[in-house]
Amino acid sequence: MKLKTTLVAATAAVAVSAAAQGATLDDVKAKGFIQCGVSTGLAGFAFTDSNGNWDGFDVTFCRATAAAVLGDANAIKFTPTTGKTRFTALASGEIDVLYRNTTWTLSRDVDLKFDFLGVNYYDGQGFMIRKDMGVASATDLNDATVCIQTGTTTELNLADFFRANNMNYDPVPIETNAEAQQKYLANACDVYTTDASGLAATRATFENPGDHIVLPEIISKEPLGPLVRHGDNAWGDIVRWVMNALIIAEEKGITAANVDSMASASTKDPEVKRLLGVEGNYGEMLGLAPDWAIHAIKTGGNYGEIFEKYIGENTAIGLSRGLNQLWTKGGILYAPPFR
Amino acid sequence: MKERLSVAFVAERQIPPAPPPAKTGGVVGWLRENLFSGIFNTVATLLSFAFVAYVLASVVPWLFLDSVWNASSLQECRKIDDGACLAVINERFLQFVFGFYPDGLRWRPVLAFALMFIAIWPALFASAPRKLLIFTGLYPLLAYWLIWGGSFWGPVGVLAGPVLGWACVRWLPGLMRGWLDERLVFLAAVGVGLLATVLWWLFGVTVFDDTLSAVLAVDLDSVESARLGGFLLSTIIGVSGIVGSLPVGIVLALGRQSNLLIIKACCVGFIEFIRGVPLITLLFVAWLLLAYFLPPGTEFDLILRVVIMVTAFASAYMAEVIRGGLAALPVGQYEAADSLGLDYWKSMQLIILPQALKVSIPGIVNTFIGLFKDTTLVIVIGLLDPVGLLQPIRADQNWNGIVWELYGFIALFFFIFCFAMSRYSMHLERNLDVGHR
Amino acid sequence: MSMTGQPPVEAFRVSQLLYDTRYRSYTIQVFALAAIMLAFAWAVDNAVQNLEALGKDIDFGFIFETSAYDINQHLIDYDSTSSHGRAAIVGILNTILVAVLGCIAATAIGILAGVLRLSGNWIVARLMTVYIEAFRNIPVLIWILFTVAIVNEVLPGVRSFRGPEGMSGLFFDSVFITNRGFYIPAPIFEAGSAVVGAMLVLTIAAAWYFGRWARVRQAATGQILPVFQIRLAILVLPVLVAFFAMGSPISLEIPALKGFNFKGGIYMRDSLIGLWLALSVYTGAFIAEIVRAGILAVSKGQTEAAYALGLRPGRTMSLVVLPQALRVIVPPLISQFLNLTKNSSLAIAVGYMDATGTLGGITLNQTGREMECILLLMAFYLTASLTISAGMNAYNRRVRLKER
Repeated sequence: MKLKTTLVAATAAVAVSAAAQGATLDDVKAKGFIQCGVSTGLAGFAFTDSNGNWDGFDVTFCRATAAAVLGDANAIKFTPTTGKTRFTALASGEIDVLYRNTTWTLSRDVDLKFDFLGVNYYDGQGFMIRKDMGVASATDLNDATVCIQTGTTTELNLADFFRANNMNYDPVPIETNAEAQQKYLANACDVYTTDASGLAATRATFENPGDHIVLPEIISKEPLGPLVRHGDNAWGDIVRWVMNALIIAEEKGITAANVDSMASASTKDPEVKRLLGVEGNYGEMLGLAPDWAIHAIKTGGNYGEIFEKYIGENTAIGLSRGLNQLWTKGGILYAPPFR
Repeated sequence: MKERLSVAFVAERQIPPAPPPAKTGGVVGWLRENLFSGIFNTVATLLSFAFVAYVLASVVPWLFLDSVWNASSLQECRKIDDGACLAVINERFLQFVFGFYPDGLRWRPVLAFALMFIAIWPALFASAPRKLLIFTGLYPLLAYWLIWGGSFWGPVGVLAGPVLGWACVRWLPGLMRGWLDERLVFLAAVGVGLLATVLWWLFGVTVFDDTLSAVLAVDLDSVESARLGGFLLSTIIGVSGIVGSLPVGIVLALGRQSNLLIIKACCVGFIEFIRGVPLITLLFVAWLLLAYFLPPGTEFDLILRVVIMVTAFASAYMAEVIRGGLAALPVGQYEAADSLGLDYWKSMQLIILPQALKVSIPGIVNTFIGLFKDTTLVIVIGLLDPVGLLQPIRADQNWNGIVWELYGFIALFFFIFCFAMSRYSMHLERNLDVGHR
Repeated sequence: MSMTGQPPVEAFRVSQLLYDTRYRSYTIQVFALAAIMLAFAWAVDNAVQNLEALGKDIDFGFIFETSAYDINQHLIDYDSTSSHGRAAIVGILNTILVAVLGCIAATAIGILAGVLRLSGNWIVARLMTVYIEAFRNIPVLIWILFTVAIVNEVLPGVRSFRGPEGMSGLFFDSVFITNRGFYIPAPIFEAGSAVVGAMLVLTIAAAWYFGRWARVRQAATGQILPVFQIRLAILVLPVLVAFFAMGSPISLEIPALKGFNFKGGIYMRDSLIGLWLALSVYTGAFIAEIVRAGILAVSKGQTEAAYALGLRPGRTMSLVVLPQALRVIVPPLISQFLNLTKNSSLAIAVGYMDATGTLGGITLNQTGREMECILLLMAFYLTASLTISAGMNAYNRRVRLKER
């Protein structure tokens, strides 16, 4: 039948251009750019300037990945995703990797068929409230009106926390951070809850940040990290090791400024040699060029440099390293050995 | 009664008309008539005036007298004056219009927009030169090329498909006549034409594009869809939705009126389904589900998917508008066409549709206004139309906390556009009315 | 049968399928059906393949699983241990609530504005024109965001009611209008309130019966009774008597500020108020135009004839113009109700937890079952729409019968 031939032809034609499942790396190399899912806008982590260029903590990790794979930190297409749309965007192949403050949980890892590749920021959910409300602890929040950003684990943690402490509350679900903060400032809710880093970022944009306090309770573990589709291990390995490379670079004191000289000078440290492709064929194992890590580190520096540039204590966000300090310096940031 | 009676109390000549009493004429009369006739009206008038005065008193100083046009942040605005901080619109105006469209290339959408008027001119005014219709036909591809950029030969290649098909239909019958049953020749030619078009689109276009680009590259910098935003995005979705929905709507409307049971059932089912669900759910389908129903691995631009869904949405409403136009025609027109011996397609094409479409033009314009307003819903799937742009602007530390100015600006833009369209539709309605009664 | 013009029975030839109009329609339909079924099968096949590749399946089991999230406004019992299915029902009820409230308010606003736009008062008519044009030409989403922003930014916060020098509520400190929504007194039913309720039902029946009787009597004798006053008396007096006889079983619970928020009474939250207001004022503008067109559609001769009979303007409107105008008004009015219901799905923009917010929002998000959730969501809206349009068709049929 004619129609059927046409359909078969159509299927065949599209299949030619399509990527076979599990070959994102080939697909990326063929396309010449990486598709990266980021937040629609969270100060410090992912934001656009007035020309529409993306920048931020998560964005730099994306760029480093692009630099490692394709040698060009700008060979990247950013897709802003909301809490609601991020997983479907990843599942449908619209994005290759999701770098968007996404909490690693069992159900997401297993049931939603994604692979989490590590943690680039250890976070936890907190509460922000006006100072003059006189509240010192989250356990005093009985009957409060709480603004939440929907589409995250936040609402589930909140439900658990209030149930566990036998308290009532009035959840006000808001789609975006900007809207939620508007409502909180207008006093339409007593408390604003989201990840502590998000609270700090939000508070930093207030006219009088000093009028608001973040309560001491952190009610959840929020390991935030990148994720890719299940079953695409080669691609997952790349994203994982680009992140690890940036952490190891901080351990070894490799920065954007000295990476070239480190690679050319005969450094003593064998791990640095392996990382920068001077020794061994680790790039080849990943399916990348030998100098992939150099490109990645040049993009925005090592983990510590990226942290300080976008969200560190000298920025408006003003986050301290805390848990995100290297394991050698009292934090839990710990990359597996590079060998 | 022949002779005139001369009676003292009968006037002999007409009294000249006196001017109306001051109370009923002139300004006073108008006021009495229109504003202060009776207690209820007087109260209503006074209340209305009080309302207008209150609104003006609060808006005018805020918007005009105390407003700030030049500042780099909200805090700076507040320091200068306490009126509207219009500086944000001053700074972000181009972003509202073009989204993140690259700076140096913004003439392209502007040109496409200007050319659109030339393209719709012959469709709306009979006085326009007929030759322009060719331009109208070519316009969609031209606009696509201007906005998204890329190789010029891509759109040309796409256009070559139907040309190829048409050539098949035109020339093949002559070639085949010798060795095929006379009656099947035409049908076979149409079949081959269709097949040739589809195959060309699937395989030929890329080769064609690559070959010609190698010979003579005519390229515009390509612009990815993620950079489209603002009113540009609304216009793209609205216009392509309405243009695409017109033919589909006509087919659906004819199908709904058809005697063919199965076709009628399908059309009714489609129309009622689309009209029964909110546009949001259809956008969710475009965003989340459409990819599932296409062959594995198909990649499709999100804006294109949205345009497809919006077209489907609009065509259901368009079908109802056109059905109204078809129903408005007197039965005599159908009967006259039948009595002339015209077959179904001929009678539709020559008699029914020209009249029905003319009657439906105001309805079509209204559908367009509705569709244009509905394009704001694309924010639920993360596209940055004007309302969606509020998000990044308010996430900017400088403009955090700004509310009314932005809403007002977007509302004003939509109002100007839609109001002009609705006036135009009323004007058409009046003109068409005259022709028909 | 002995027909003279009987055509000779021809043997059926295959080419008739193409050239004989009697058979061609079957050919076309069979081909169309085959094409549609093929396209459908193709899409389903793709979906199966795609889902398989992702390792997903179609499974509606999630509606019985624990939802684990809270919904602020629930008309039935619900908490975070309830199932996703129950969350969906809560959302659906919230949709129905705002749709019903919106339809009522929109009709009232629309009729008022439509009639006023035709009024002889120049400024009132102009103001109504401005209102109608402003709302018809600006997207409803902007109005919804705008209205909720007004509620949040302009109305006083809850904290301004706090303390001795804080503001006091309206109506003897019983109604509180804040930027978190409105707190109004709630009725509390104690023992004996059933009697009052039963009495209310009885009086409504009696008032309705009296109205019918008065009409029949007027038709027979020409005497007009003061129907309105008598009806009012029938409605109010027995209920009052029953109320006091049972010892005032119904009392009001007045909201009071305790801790962070007001407690007690009925809480209409800001998102409900904003959404309701925006939807009804927006749809009201469309209804106003429909009402105006309906009134103008009644020929002027009808009004003049009524005046000639000596009817007062009010009675002319209610007895002559409106009954005729209604036939023109009701069908488009119902489709506006449909639009309002569909537009209520924009609730997600302001955090009102309607069906789109629960089933198509948090549930979809937490379970990752987009196919199932969206199918259910569409099924709900489709059912609602088809029910309303079935009602409209029934009404149209009834009205058409009356027209000779």
